[in-house]
Amino acid sequence: MNKHIKLPKALALATFAGVMAVFMTGCGSQSTNDGAQGEAGDDQIMIQNAGSDTMVNLAQAWAEHYATVNPKVSIEVSGGGSGTGIAALINGTTDIANCSRAMKDAEKKKAKDASGKDPKEHIMGFDALAVYVHKDCPLDEISLEQLAEIYGENGTITKWSQLGITIPGCDSDEIIRVSRQSSSGTFAYFREAVLGKTRDYKLGSRDMHGSKEVVELVQTTPCAIGYSGMGYATPEVKMLKIAKSAGETAYAPSVENTIAKTYPIARPLFIYSLGEPEGALKEYIDWCFGPEGQKIVADSGYVTLSN
Amino acid sequence: MHTRQKWNRVKEFFIEWLIRICGISAIIFVFGIFFFVFKEGAGFMFTKWDPVQFFTSIEWYPTSVSNKRYGILAIIAGSASVTFFAMLIAIPFSLGAAVFISEFCGPKWKEVLKVIIEFLAAIPSVVWGFIGLMIMNPLIIKIFNAPIGLNVLNGGIILALMSIPIIVSISEDALKAVPDSYREAAVALGVTKWQMIYRVLIPAAKNGLLAGGLLGVGRSIGETMAVLLATGHAVQIPNGPLDSVRTLTATIAAELGETEQGADHWQVLFIIGIFLFSITFVINLIAYLVVKGIRIQAGES
Repeated sequence: MNKHIKLPKALALATFAGVMAVFMTGCGSQSTNDGAQGEAGDDQIMIQNAGSDTMVNLAQAWAEHYATVNPKVSIEVSGGGSGTGIAALINGTTDIANCSRAMKDAEKKKAKDASGKDPKEHIMGFDALAVYVHKDCPLDEISLEQLAEIYGENGTITKWSQLGITIPGCDSDEIIRVSRQSSSGTFAYFREAVLGKTRDYKLGSRDMHGSKEVVELVQTTPCAIGYSGMGYATPEVKMLKIAKSAGETAYAPSVENTIAKTYPIARPLFIYSLGEPEGALKEYIDWCFGPEGQKIVADSGYVTLSN
Repeated sequence: MHTRQKWNRVKEFFIEWLIRICGISAIIFVFGIFFFVFKEGAGFMFTKWDPVQFFTSIEWYPTSVSNKRYGILAIIAGSASVTFFAMLIAIPFSLGAAVFISEFCGPKWKEVLKVIIEFLAAIPSVVWGFIGLMIMNPLIIKIFNAPIGLNVLNGGIILALMSIPIIVSISEDALKAVPDSYREAAVALGVTKWQMIYRVLIPAAKNGLLAGGLLGVGRSIGETMAVLLATGHAVQIPNGPLDSVRTLTATIAAELGETEQGADHWQVLFIIGIFLFSITFVINLIAYLVVKGIRIQAGES
């Protein structure tokens, strides 16, 4: 092809100028914002909040409500799992870490070594860990030992027929275990509460990245079983009642059973800060403990402290 | 006159050196990255690392309370199976598409098809992962009656769709580079179009086609986000294409955020990074040697 369409030089220059202008306006508004803040002396305080995926929706709801209470403070929420939050606290990249499991002693020591301050634990509420199955699954209850044999290393239960049921839509009869990624506090808590401290998970479980993803996968997979916070339930899945051991009464994951401590796998939800919180951080945490913050805890599907 | 010449000479000197630095910068960046990754993993590698367990054990328990084990055999099998499956699907399709675009298309259709195939490359990989998770998952469960739709098949199809634009681009260029005299000679001898393509053009464009294929392999092995979402992220050696797996890249992406800098787990993840780097390097080396070998063969004959 020898025919070239020559863009007139003026048109090319105009396009270039236009693109540059767009970039400049972007830069411009940024600098005026900074300038205004610096001059007025009003700092926009930013609090970094990283960690648990179980608590990420709760933390986001807190952050959004708190923005209306105190617009000068903005809370940046991110997930990644309790382990990620703790690592960020140790590395100094976050102000508070959400955790759905307690910090280990080794982690507390590392945080103290890195920052000189002991991590302070705040319990924000309680969560019942629900075991989800597809809504067509005929199973209604399960014992902790059976769960350990399904999920644990060298566990013997691999087929639904071993539990005495068949699921319509699951022809292979295989139990598809849905789990969480290893940085998750939910992962660590389930391991400790159900498998026992020294037993590991069986390999081959589908390790999802968030509490919601577990429920979504169970929702679309008739053969699946998964564990996640009870606040993530949808009409397409069923929560199993859990019995401490075979033959004992099985309890459903609900607010009442968590308060009564009859549901076997309920855990506290933590927020960790480095040392005693001060200033804006202290105000925020106190607000979360207060009636407004606790109302949001209840609305998100968790159990509040006052109970 | 003299100042003009002097000014030209100075300009020449600077531009030459600028271009030289740009050229060398690629080498500097590659070595820089390699040293960075190596430095992060080196501590563990030379002290507590057990290479036998690392490469032959399927047990990956980096966060275990009682018994930490670092075996990546199952994860290597995951990466390998998904890449193999992706290439199984991608290479015939890409070859066919390249041959179609190069030999059978009119000029208008050629441009349109090339642009549309480039669109496939413009889709972000996380969107591909989402397509795998939300659309292909229930589809695979329904069509193949599989227990779960996040598996090697799902990951393989997604990776194939991601690699096709690259392979088609390079293959089409390779086919275009074959001189018309080959085609004319073949037709003059009375062969059919298919015989010409299959016996003359493809062997003549061997270098480029192989390079395109290997580039597709490199892309598939290095892909992270799409396989993280679409393969089911399960540590196990697959028994068939309907099993979930985990890839090396997804393991690093999923677990690096949770570890403290310098911890054992962190360093092991960097050792996986070194391993991935080496695999890509070896693939490119093989590509270079094969292409060179073919050239020597062609030169001799």
